[in-house]
Amino acid sequence: MDRSDAGRFGDRAFKGLTLVMALSVFVLIVLIGFELARGSSTAIRQFGWRFLISSDWDPVNEKFGALPFIFGTLVSSAIGLVIAVPLSIATAVYLTELAPQWLRQPLTLFIELLAAVPSVIFGLWGIFVMVPWLSGNLFPQLQRFLGRLPWFQGPIYGPSLLAGGIIVAIMILPMITSVSREILRSVPGLQREAAYALGATRWEVTRIAVLSYARRGLFGAVILGLGRALGETMAVTMVIGNSPQIVKSLFAPGYTLASVVANEFSEATTDTYLSALFEIGLVLLGVTVLVNALAQVLLKTFAGPGVKPQN
Amino acid sequence: MAGCTATAPRVEMTASNHRWRKAKNVCMQTLAFMCAALVILPLLLVLFHLLSQGASSINWAFFTQLPKPVGEVGGGMANAIAGTFILISLASLLGVPVGVLGGIFLSEYTHRRLNRWIRFTADVVNGVPSITWGMVVYGLVVVPMKGFSTLAGALVLGLMMIPLIMRTTEEVLQLVPAGYREAALALGIAQWRMILQIVVRTAMKGVVTGVLLALARVAGETAPLLFTAFGNAYWTHRLTEPIAALPLQIFNYAISPYDDWHRQAWAGALILIFLVSAINLGVRALTRDRFSRTAPQILMPGHHVATEVQPPHGTAG
Amino acid sequence: MEPQADQRIALAVRGLSIYFGHHAVLKRVTIDIAARAVTAIIGPSGCGKSTFLRALNRMHELNPDARREGEIRLFGDDIYAREVEPVVVRRRVGMVFQKSNPFPTMSVAENVTVGLRLNGMRDKRLLAERTEAALRMAALWDEVKDRLQAPAVSLSGGQQQRLCIARALAVQPEVLLMDEPASALDPLATQKIEGLIVELKKKYTIVLVTHNMQQAARASDFTAFFYLGELVEFGPTTKMFTNPAQKRTEDYVTGRFG
Repeated sequence: MDRSDAGRFGDRAFKGLTLVMALSVFVLIVLIGFELARGSSTAIRQFGWRFLISSDWDPVNEKFGALPFIFGTLVSSAIGLVIAVPLSIATAVYLTELAPQWLRQPLTLFIELLAAVPSVIFGLWGIFVMVPWLSGNLFPQLQRFLGRLPWFQGPIYGPSLLAGGIIVAIMILPMITSVSREILRSVPGLQREAAYALGATRWEVTRIAVLSYARRGLFGAVILGLGRALGETMAVTMVIGNSPQIVKSLFAPGYTLASVVANEFSEATTDTYLSALFEIGLVLLGVTVLVNALAQVLLKTFAGPGVKPQN
Repeated sequence: MAGCTATAPRVEMTASNHRWRKAKNVCMQTLAFMCAALVILPLLLVLFHLLSQGASSINWAFFTQLPKPVGEVGGGMANAIAGTFILISLASLLGVPVGVLGGIFLSEYTHRRLNRWIRFTADVVNGVPSITWGMVVYGLVVVPMKGFSTLAGALVLGLMMIPLIMRTTEEVLQLVPAGYREAALALGIAQWRMILQIVVRTAMKGVVTGVLLALARVAGETAPLLFTAFGNAYWTHRLTEPIAALPLQIFNYAISPYDDWHRQAWAGALILIFLVSAINLGVRALTRDRFSRTAPQILMPGHHVATEVQPPHGTAG
Repeated sequence: MEPQADQRIALAVRGLSIYFGHHAVLKRVTIDIAARAVTAIIGPSGCGKSTFLRALNRMHELNPDARREGEIRLFGDDIYAREVEPVVVRRRVGMVFQKSNPFPTMSVAENVTVGLRLNGMRDKRLLAERTEAALRMAALWDEVKDRLQAPAVSLSGGQQQRLCIARALAVQPEVLLMDEPASALDPLATQKIEGLIVELKKKYTIVLVTHNMQQAARASDFTAFFYLGELVEFGPTTKMFTNPAQKRTEDYVTGRFG
């Protein structure tokens, strides 16, 4: 039975249409790279590589260096990861292996709702609730017990690198938990059974059959969390203090790549100023794209047929 | 049997070894539970404070009045609430068709290498910080138009929606059994018709879910709007004018020095979280029968439990 | 093959019933599994033979809806007594699965010793001795003795299954349960496994679930026929296959159904 020409045309047209739409992602990534490169061309020409290692952020005298922001981004992300990763993976283990059946769905739902809370709301809560509490309770305690370390010395204002790190942790917790949970769920039941049959306790089964098996995927989840931490903007801006300086103390205010853009972009008075901010954006883009690409590779090489890698 | 040492000591599980393993088991389970509790704690605290600080400010005036001039007490966020709805509606005009059609391509037409690259790129783009999106649209639209605008704001949100919806659509369409497609083609139905009327229709709930979740995601975005939509103290009458949006308003009020604005920020945040949660919970109710699986993995060794439609992750700035 | 010397009963099952939710998967099964012999469990799909096997080492409890009635005694010890933990039972009753499942992140040697290390054995020399002993018993030693540190997944399918057998044997269980151990293997590998089973029964009690009746006839001393959750007939293998007492048994072994 011959397919009519009209039918074949329909097929081709539809396929062509959907193909063009799908190819748009390539357009998007090129667009982003191109626009940021274009916007930062002035600054690149003017400052060159020194931009990345200079700590001078002086809009008045038109001297710009990105180092304080790179420092702030790295430190706040590192703190965020250190806090979030153990908590997330432990929670994922709890959800998949240890929690009573009736609790699993509601708890998972709760965590997914947590992931959907906009950053600005956490920032609001951060400014008015978390930071005052931290500067009144946790920070002084940390200074009392760990004050011998240079990181916990210095005056406590409230808005600080540490506050930024904590709020980053809160933001990435649900995401790492969800991804880890999917990864743990994809471990074949047969592996668990092998461990149980050898007389292993529940924790031992988790350790031997699940966590080992899922190592690479869990690492991918962590890198994904890092990618998210690096780009976190609003909540961090609202609690980190927004001061471009590099100090040892975690209680001192800091500044991140994303925050400086958020705060100063619409106030940038000169072309150089704006271009410097574009270049900051370019640096941020470069770093997050690399980290996210790495995460995707890790997750895809781990993922079994039933697991879809998360963004 | 050669080499079988019949006289080797039997490995007994000693009583102390057994006690130690039992103790470790209990210890680890308790630790895991505490971690889970710690993880949900921030959400509980945030909800608590939102309700205690914001609920009292939610009144009719809040929904219908414009912000009062700086320093004056009272007023509302009517324009911001409307602005958010306008922005996400306009953004959908771009994000939904491109995203859904692109997702259809990824799912229904297999070109292994091409599709792999498209997926990879989409996932990477999903991870791009939202503030960089703002900068891109600033350069593309705001500068040539010499001003902030609703159009710019809608564009940036729409662009962000594309890779999100593309991936969720693809995932959902993949769950439609191959048998449906084969049966339709065997009946002589054209492929494009089969895709639209059989595959997409079967997965419609899932597709809609993905779209709604993407809407909820971009509705809460602040960073990309900072220098595209920019915000507006009054009503917006033209697409070329700046527009207020709920997250923007919350941000500006929160960092201001005025107590009354702080109070209103809490109220605005309560509305925003209600909006976002309503969508998220709503879609879960929508897809409950199809996608929820409760049988634990261990009952079906070797079988993979199909994943539910996941809310899009990524950077919400 | 006539039943061998040891007249002890390894597992005494009395009135065992297993429910998943409201559905009764096993109904009042009573059977004596002889020590140092191979008992085959046969029956059509869905007859409950896998569930029965799992009840012998309390693996069915991994399903939260499972409920049990009846009693099982392992050399006289009640394995379902209140104070007995599943972990202890599973040390004494080992299991090999239908699809081989070595731990992929561990080497061959690490897989064999995982049970021992869980129980606190640290002595490297002792562990090495055990590894060799277990691999010899599983007829795998000669093939892997130069590759003990290689990843377990680098072995062939048949070798992986023998590795799983070695892993189960390393902790020296009293009983070895085998759930269709050769069903995923090619005929040559299957032959090796069957030969292994015949050797192993000199030291271990083996309960073997199989859907392959010829395998049951070749490798076992006793055979139990299950149908729809009930034990229909049980006896020496030769009698079961040549002169069964029940008509249902005869119909099944002659291929009239199932």
